[in-house]
Amino acid sequence: MSGCALADLSGGSVLKKRILVAAVVVALMGFAAYAALFIAPTESKMGTVQRIFYLHAPSGMVALLSFFVCFVGNLAYVFKRQPKWDWLGVSAAEVGMAFCTVLILTGPIWAHPVWGIWWTWDARLTLTFVLWLLYTSYLLLRTLVEDPDRRALVSAIYGIFAFLDVPLVYGSIRWWRTQHPQPVIMGGAGSGLEPTMRKVFWFWVLNLVILMIFLIRERYALEAMRGEVQFLEREAEAA
Amino acid sequence: MALLSNTAVLLGKELRTEFRSRELLTTTVVFILTIVVLFSFTFDPSVSESRRFGPGLLWLAFLFAASLMLQPCFLREQNNDTLSALRLSVNDPFAIFLAKLAANTLFLLFTQVLLLPVFSILYNVPVLAAFPQLVLVMFMGSLGLSVTGTALSAISAQARMRELLLPLLLLPLLTPVLIASTEATAALLVPNPAMRWDWMGFLLAFDVVFLTALWLFGEYLLEE
Repeated sequence: MSGCALADLSGGSVLKKRILVAAVVVALMGFAAYAALFIAPTESKMGTVQRIFYLHAPSGMVALLSFFVCFVGNLAYVFKRQPKWDWLGVSAAEVGMAFCTVLILTGPIWAHPVWGIWWTWDARLTLTFVLWLLYTSYLLLRTLVEDPDRRALVSAIYGIFAFLDVPLVYGSIRWWRTQHPQPVIMGGAGSGLEPTMRKVFWFWVLNLVILMIFLIRERYALEAMRGEVQFLEREAEAA
Repeated sequence: MALLSNTAVLLGKELRTEFRSRELLTTTVVFILTIVVLFSFTFDPSVSESRRFGPGLLWLAFLFAASLMLQPCFLREQNNDTLSALRLSVNDPFAIFLAKLAANTLFLLFTQVLLLPVFSILYNVPVLAAFPQLVLVMFMGSLGLSVTGTALSAISAQARMRELLLPLLLLPLLTPVLIASTEATAALLVPNPAMRWDWMGFLLAFDVVFLTALWLFGEYLLEE
């Protein structure tokens, strides 16, 4: 580990670049919000509340993508044992959790006026909940192991197990649910979208992917600084 | 075939340790029994309701029991400082996992088969009509619990708050096992029992996926 990460982040030009990138991301999100609220047409049956869809569905897609990035980081850590992969793993997991939380919170807000209930144990909802629990456990595990190398290794292996479980959880819930009467049938969202709606939807997906990359990068830089501080502290203790 | 002979020796050691004290089996049996009895107070089931809720309740009790029972699996080695010796004694550390998960599967299966008649009497659910099939379902389910549980107990043994952590890590991961085992068991407890091979295939897939993962990554968990 070298001192370059710290120097880089505090350097004037790098700081300016980071602020610029942040401003672009904020502007894009602002425009996306405008597009969802004013450009996209109002849905005929559900009305205005349907506009939450542009935040809701892409959040789910991006949460899964973040968890996949976390999985890649975990795999790379187990084989390469470089701290940077651990930093990527934890950053992606936290960002994924944020999107997953948005998904879980916006769901009931949309469901209540449309379905008449806050929650139903439908396949996708249940999967999201289990996913949320799995990655909460992953983050919790990280706080309970002291030694940084141990923590990185055991959490990476748990992360791999958790991600391998995702298709199995989805498969089992889906299979099980289709054998029961569905309490609420949700028409295939995304399939029959009106052209403007579709454009706004994919713009949101793109936007949230950019936001995800931005957040993971920022979180990664923070984790790298933390790692470096810990390293320096240990060196100072040894000296 | 050093792996298999190593595993056999280690399995013998696991079984001997347990049958000398019988701590794990006794406490697990009593624990499951307690849950089964307490459950009856919470919804006072009629005969038809028992058939509906019974399998789920039974598997939930097994899941909770497993998350407690698998706790000492690696902790015991750690407390007695025997993990290094164990690692030195085998060529392939996978043998340690195989032996432990075989022992855990046997313990779980044993408690399940022991408690099945008790459950049958208490909840008025006939189990004898499809007993061999039920044992097969319980074996596949126990294997799923043991494979993931053994791996995660090696993880939780290295953390603080480990007693609470293991259930937290394990239970969400076991969602597919809970669903598949419950459904397969439910189909065997109705008046015309039928074997649900589709769910059995699902359990098999779960077992194979995590057994492979354990084979690939397990040895890293035993690093000093």
